Amino acid sequence: MRIGVITFPGSLDDVDAARAVRLAGAEPVSLWHGDHDLQAVDAVVLPGGFSYGDYLRAGAIAARSPLMADVVAAAGRGLPVLGICNGFQVLCEAGLLPGALTRNSHLHFRNRDQGLLVERADTAWTSSYRQGQTIVVPVKNGEGRYVAADAELDRLEGEGRVVVRYVGGNPNGSSRDIAGVTSADGRVVGLMPHPEHAVEDLTGPSTDGLGFFTSVLSSLVGAA
Amino acid sequence: MPEVVVDVVLKPEISDPQGQAVLGALGRLGHAGIRSVRQGKHFVIEVDGEPDEAALREIATTLLANPVIEDVELHLPTD
Repeated sequence: MRIGVITFPGSLDDVDAARAVRLAGAEPVSLWHGDHDLQAVDAVVLPGGFSYGDYLRAGAIAARSPLMADVVAAAGRGLPVLGICNGFQVLCEAGLLPGALTRNSHLHFRNRDQGLLVERADTAWTSSYRQGQTIVVPVKNGEGRYVAADAELDRLEGEGRVVVRYVGGNPNGSSRDIAGVTSADGRVVGLMPHPEHAVEDLTGPSTDGLGFFTSVLSSLVGAA
Repeated sequence: MPEVVVDVVLKPEISDPQGQAVLGALGRLGHAGIRSVRQGKHFVIEVDGEPDEAALREIATTLLANPVIEDVELHLPTD
């Protein structure tokens, strides 16, 4: 299995994401935002960071890069796509996920280990977890407050589109403690916390994050 | 050279913590009677020749503003 990791100008966590892919047992493939080439990968990860310095809006300019047109088209055909932090912001700006990420309600950058409740264990990226399981992974953002109109939030909740929710405190004022959401088909997932930073005991608060990367492998095996 | 102005502000239902922080500072500075502050973005765009309103509206609504959370106003030179 080959999983692409996109590097945008200002991406920071592309190397950690590639490492998590490798630890999960897949081959990471470096993708460049300016190319029109997904290199026939089986899934794509958009990593964290500050693409284009968060200018205009976080993720806004990266969402309009050449490779994102290919990602949007491939996601329409069912390609699994995971957006982490800035990657989540890019996916919302690209219209692949609903809602938007805005300045934290307390205006501070928040960096800590964060509890998450897994509410959907049947997406391409969360099948290694149990529904109702609590995991701990790092969160680190300044513009991580998930927002959408109330009617839209009601619709998303009704459709079960919330994948992970903050527990033990909401780090950024996100509406309804939402930490991550999925596309209607469960193939595209975005979340603000960083599962790729919780894949080894040596460097993370847990190894709880590895499940995102092993999940997509089993979903790909199942589809093959 | 014609200048086109685009103003972008968060929709009323989206809370604006930056505007609220400015409001709090105004109160501490003793400015009475300020009810609320909403912070937005102001783009000044120079164009060659006659502004193409349709093209500028597309620019405003597809890149300069995120219609999920923001309202946008386009001001052509004749405004």
